[in-house]
Amino acid sequence: MNHNSKKNLMTGSKIIIESLIKEGVDTIFGYPGGAVLNIYDELFNYKDKIKHILVRHEQGAAHAADGYARASGKVGVVLVTSGPGATNTITGIATANMDSVPIVILTGQVPTNLIGNDAFQEADTVGITRPCTKHNYLVKDIKDLAKTIKEAFYIASTGRPGPVLIDIPKDITSSVYEFDYPETVELRGYSPTYFGHHVQISKLAAEILKAKRPLLYTGGGVISSNAANELKELAELLDLPVASTLMGLGGFPPDHPLFFGMLGMHGTYAANMAISNADFIVAIGARFDDRVTGKVEEFGKNAKFAHIDIDPSSIGKNVKIEIPVVGDVKSVLSSLLEILNNKTEEISSAKYDRLGWLEEINAWKYEHPLLYRMNDIIKPQYVIEKIYELTGGEAIIATEVGQNQMWTAQFYKFKNPRTLLTSGGLGTMGFGFPAAIGAQIACPDKTVFDIAGDGSIQMNIQELATAVQYNLPVKIAIINNNFLGMIRQWQELFYHKRYSFSEMNVNPDFVKLAEAYGAVGLRAKNPEEVVPVIEKALSIKKPVIMDFVVDKEENVYPIVAPGSPITGMLLV
Amino acid sequence: MEKTHILSILVENESGVLTRVAGLFSARGFNIDSICVAKTLEKNESKMIIATSGDTQILEQITKQLNRLVNVIKVQELTDEDSVVRQTVLIKVNADETTKSDIFRIKDIFGGRVIDVSRNSYTLEVTGSERKIESLIDILRPLGIKDIVKTGIIALQRTRRSS
Repeated sequence: MNHNSKKNLMTGSKIIIESLIKEGVDTIFGYPGGAVLNIYDELFNYKDKIKHILVRHEQGAAHAADGYARASGKVGVVLVTSGPGATNTITGIATANMDSVPIVILTGQVPTNLIGNDAFQEADTVGITRPCTKHNYLVKDIKDLAKTIKEAFYIASTGRPGPVLIDIPKDITSSVYEFDYPETVELRGYSPTYFGHHVQISKLAAEILKAKRPLLYTGGGVISSNAANELKELAELLDLPVASTLMGLGGFPPDHPLFFGMLGMHGTYAANMAISNADFIVAIGARFDDRVTGKVEEFGKNAKFAHIDIDPSSIGKNVKIEIPVVGDVKSVLSSLLEILNNKTEEISSAKYDRLGWLEEINAWKYEHPLLYRMNDIIKPQYVIEKIYELTGGEAIIATEVGQNQMWTAQFYKFKNPRTLLTSGGLGTMGFGFPAAIGAQIACPDKTVFDIAGDGSIQMNIQELATAVQYNLPVKIAIINNNFLGMIRQWQELFYHKRYSFSEMNVNPDFVKLAEAYGAVGLRAKNPEEVVPVIEKALSIKKPVIMDFVVDKEENVYPIVAPGSPITGMLLV
Repeated sequence: MEKTHILSILVENESGVLTRVAGLFSARGFNIDSICVAKTLEKNESKMIIATSGDTQILEQITKQLNRLVNVIKVQELTDEDSVVRQTVLIKVNADETTKSDIFRIKDIFGGRVIDVSRNSYTLEVTGSERKIESLIDILRPLGIKDIVKTGIIALQRTRRSS
């Protein structure tokens, strides 16, 4: 054998695609352009192996890949061109970064010799995306191409997941090199801690048993580490009440007697009161966001805190933590259960001591449940309740941001992990619809909804063409109040009803708009029409827009005024 | 509590690393007082010494975030007590017949060297702790400092003496 001859020679474009296949990628969300034409030309040869979804705006590609990743747990992949192609993905990348979603973004770049030359469609993509990615790369040598892709997928999907961007100059995609995909990665500065420290977990176990008023405060980490079963086992073993963040919904059975709903600014009365009266709070894959804590000095002010998180920089960031446990939620909870399972006697006495505490929380729950008042105008909460009932809680629900998002969190009971897709951290209007498209591609047999407002749906409405082109039966429910509803609500409550530029004086006719795209449009104007419209939408195997003309001035309650402690809730 | 902190950061020697590190400081409104970067003995490895001042809790957060960067291998906070800290200054000071001998005397006291001489100025090179450099500047200031340049501080952990 001649060891000097290079085998397996390929263009950079082919190396990219072969590497993606090695990573198990079968779907790409993208939009072609000059700098990625070589890659697109090669992609044309792989039509049977890789499905390319042509979006209508690059932001849509990033959100769709994000929705795909959230719904499936796999890495979402984006392919866009240089300059505007890359900058259009920024909001999508920042959204994924804030919510720890694994996506890999491949961006074209001008040829190496033109970088820094203000060339046509040139932008400093690695510079622009540095603060909003987990990591990013500019490939300057074709030798590094396969290794870089390997590392990108590894970094995106391990530890605290996140977006990784690879910027690839056009000349790299046309030059030729041997393809040899690395088996392993070697990264000296990157080794996430999966297994929690035994001493810390033992301490945690002891404190949980000792606490008289314990509470589990659960977040998105439960979902991303697939730890819902372990969480349920832990809660049931010790009768621990659970309150979830927005990102954690679906991580615990909603009808479970130990579940007290979402906490925070629009959380339930019971959850917020429980946090404030607990003596020991275990934060699990949550990050003490300001929308959760309210006035942070008052958050859990009677409690000691333990915090389980894979990202050490999340621990102790906003609140002092007595028992930090760095590690993967699933693995830490398993170790914790192992310790606790041997302590049968302590457990029964602990459970007995806590009966009063659970009664107290249940009293709060019955005192102030989530409520709304029906009248002859459609109430947004009613629409969401009916969507929940008619889908049996089994649908994947994407949301936009604002009132639609909060009502969804309150009134759709998420039974399963990875069924609520929502931009919790960045709060990106325009996220839901493309995310729903990505989720529908990941889960073709599932019913997928986007619950939207009339404002937010217009931020990425162009993706309706994508949904129609690929025959994706995504259902869009527009909670149409002709307002930026959450803005209006704040203006009503905190700005003396000065509705400064929050009214959507002109909206398109959403039914006609759907038809113009080749989708189906339905409208409900009074409460009796809500159920028939949802039923009809569910029976149609095409994208459907449902325009629900709702009460313009309905508010999301409870609400905690910004900067107030979360016990200071305004209730209906 | 505001306090001066010295961070020793071992990084992979790749383009963009300095920006990533500096970005973590600037994103939190933290000013970097000085920064020194150079290769270590290892291939593809550099060490940064960053001096900064600010709230201890925020700095702890920055340290954790630095550790999160893929190109950062190790972060260590060094203190005056457990490490040697040095800075070098080049200082061009007015000199005439009446002050030359003073300047030489000061140079000797501070263990420095004269590295450039002209008819009416001397340039001194002095290495020492930050405090030492500051007092040198105070002493020379009345003579008229024409120009000055300082390196950032560099620091190395002391070897622990076994008892």
